Amino acid sequence: MIYASHIDVGPLETWATIITVAVTAVAGDVLTAGAMRKIGDLDVIRAKSGLGGAIRAVVSSPMFLLGVLSMAASFFSLLFTVSNVAVSLAAPASASLTFLGNAFAAKIFLKENVDRRRWFAALFVCAGVFLLAK
Amino acid sequence: MKHTLTPQRYLILLAVMLTASVGDTMLAHGMTQVGPVSMAHLGLLLHAMRNPWVVGGILCLLGFFASYLTALSWADLTFVLPSTAFGYVVVAFLAKYWQHETISLTRWAGILLIVCGVGFVANGPSLTEHPPASDEAASTDESVATGGAR
Repeated sequence: MIYASHIDVGPLETWATIITVAVTAVAGDVLTAGAMRKIGDLDVIRAKSGLGGAIRAVVSSPMFLLGVLSMAASFFSLLFTVSNVAVSLAAPASASLTFLGNAFAAKIFLKENVDRRRWFAALFVCAGVFLLAK
Repeated sequence: MKHTLTPQRYLILLAVMLTASVGDTMLAHGMTQVGPVSMAHLGLLLHAMRNPWVVGGILCLLGFFASYLTALSWADLTFVLPSTAFGYVVVAFLAKYWQHETISLTRWAGILLIVCGVGFVANGPSLTEHPPASDEAASTDESVATGGAR
């Protein structure tokens, strides 16, 4: 059975926890990327205001802090997931879903031009991560 | 979209790929030396901070986050993410040649797929060019004006 778990957890709960990990990870990535887009090229900021100025610009962004909070939520939900679901399913499934989710979210929220080449990249990486973690 | 990668920016992407995988491997190596940490013995985590592999791993992961944020400031998320996935390939090679682990055929297939995925975006444009807000407003005004003339 694919839903091999440490304790008796049904498929619904298994996938609910895996999807929670993926959704919070996507939120973290998109919020962080959005914040960095707003802040601007860090190389330019560092050239103007030094490393301290670049760090200040990043950590004073509420969107960045929200992104880090989402990443932390994703980390803790992954810990919760692997304590209930077999890691051989939880880790590759959540990582693969995160890659696909990021492609959709980047297109919708960041208005990135996700062309055919990038969709193929997301699908290949998603499948590759799944196989690699098996 | 435009292609804006200078050799220095390729180095940042290389750092994104290498620091995460090397950091994870160093942490794993260090934690096997420290031993299992349980909720009853959380003090072991402080002890782990004295292990040079763990310290090196944490420094590498800090380097990863810094280079990842730098890359996101001049490239799209959908361009940078496949690069981070390439780290999985580096981890597999480190596991094989450093930790002497066996890599199954399935994992080699996974490595091949990730390499192909990274190859798809590596030669493409790195950033979606959005028109500045003022240009967008001007083009909207223009279309309204054109619509009005019709």
